[in-house]
Amino acid sequence: MSQNLMKLFRGSSVPETAPAEASSKLTRRSSGLGELWRQWETAENLCVLDLGSTSPTNIRHFTERGHKIYSEDLLTASTDPSLLTKDENGTTILDSRKFLAENLVYPAARFDAILCWNLADYLDEGLVKPVVGRLWSVLKPGGMLLAFFHTRDAGPDAPCHRFHIVGPDILEMQKIELRRETRRGPTGAVHTAVSHGFQLQRVFNNRHIETLFRDFASIKFFLARDSIREVLVVR
Amino acid sequence: MGASGGGLAQIGKSVVIKGELSGSEDLYLDGLVEGTIALKGNSLTVGPNGQVKASIDAKGVVVQGKLEGNIQASDRVELRKSASVTGDIATQRISIEEGAFLKGKVDIHRTDSK
Repeated sequence: MSQNLMKLFRGSSVPETAPAEASSKLTRRSSGLGELWRQWETAENLCVLDLGSTSPTNIRHFTERGHKIYSEDLLTASTDPSLLTKDENGTTILDSRKFLAENLVYPAARFDAILCWNLADYLDEGLVKPVVGRLWSVLKPGGMLLAFFHTRDAGPDAPCHRFHIVGPDILEMQKIELRRETRRGPTGAVHTAVSHGFQLQRVFNNRHIETLFRDFASIKFFLARDSIREVLVVR
Repeated sequence: MGASGGGLAQIGKSVVIKGELSGSEDLYLDGLVEGTIALKGNSLTVGPNGQVKASIDAKGVVVQGKLEGNIQASDRVELRKSASVTGDIATQRISIEEGAFLKGKVDIHRTDSK
């Protein structure tokens, strides 16, 4: 069973506290972002999909330039308990069909750019390939996708970050830490759920990454100093 | 909060409404609403206990609770830190607090004052 799964409670209740704690922020240069930036500085009416946690900074960045931005937090969506199912061996897995029926539901070739950030490193194994397949279909031909991968196994405690665009090639990284949610269930009882962020699931090498994006037209690697491999793929 | 129609209507947290909700005054909604909400020229605030499954057409929209549905705002949208919004937002101005959750599109309509 995925280590990612958090013990969230079912029910159509409203979070009564802020979903994420504020945390320290770091900045890093991003060559992949720099290349994307050059594209969207000159283009008009771009349609961008941000797959990280909701980032007011990123939304402002794109809307100020007249672009449309879609925000969808896939990592959080993957913790929905209703996704749990059993395979033919009785092993608990995540139902990728249900996940894709509820998430990434867009017309084909909708987006000019997709910001994947570090999604693939932290997403449940069973969801990675189906998600990349869906991303290919919703990206326009010639559209770009930016993804980050760890270059070595930093252990399960490797922090998962949110990414905020603060400059042409500068990202602000915000660690996703302890997450508390208080919800009111259908009976009116109040439940509190606590999770410890997301755990690194695996480390992709170059070959794995090339295989993962084999349906795309081209792939470019940027190796950063902080042991992060940036990947810019073009459909 | 000002009200161009001359008042502020309030829907408390124990109120459940299913259907079409329209009016000509500002509305504070802390209950459960399913359907459509049309407050053209006025503002809607979804309070922290509010649970809304509706498309919204208003001048301004402030969300502190949970909203599933599209927002069409002629002036501005504010998502407070406790907001959870699943739906597309079309507005002239938007403000999103750190911690707010959004699953959907943000489309800023700019009016040319030529």
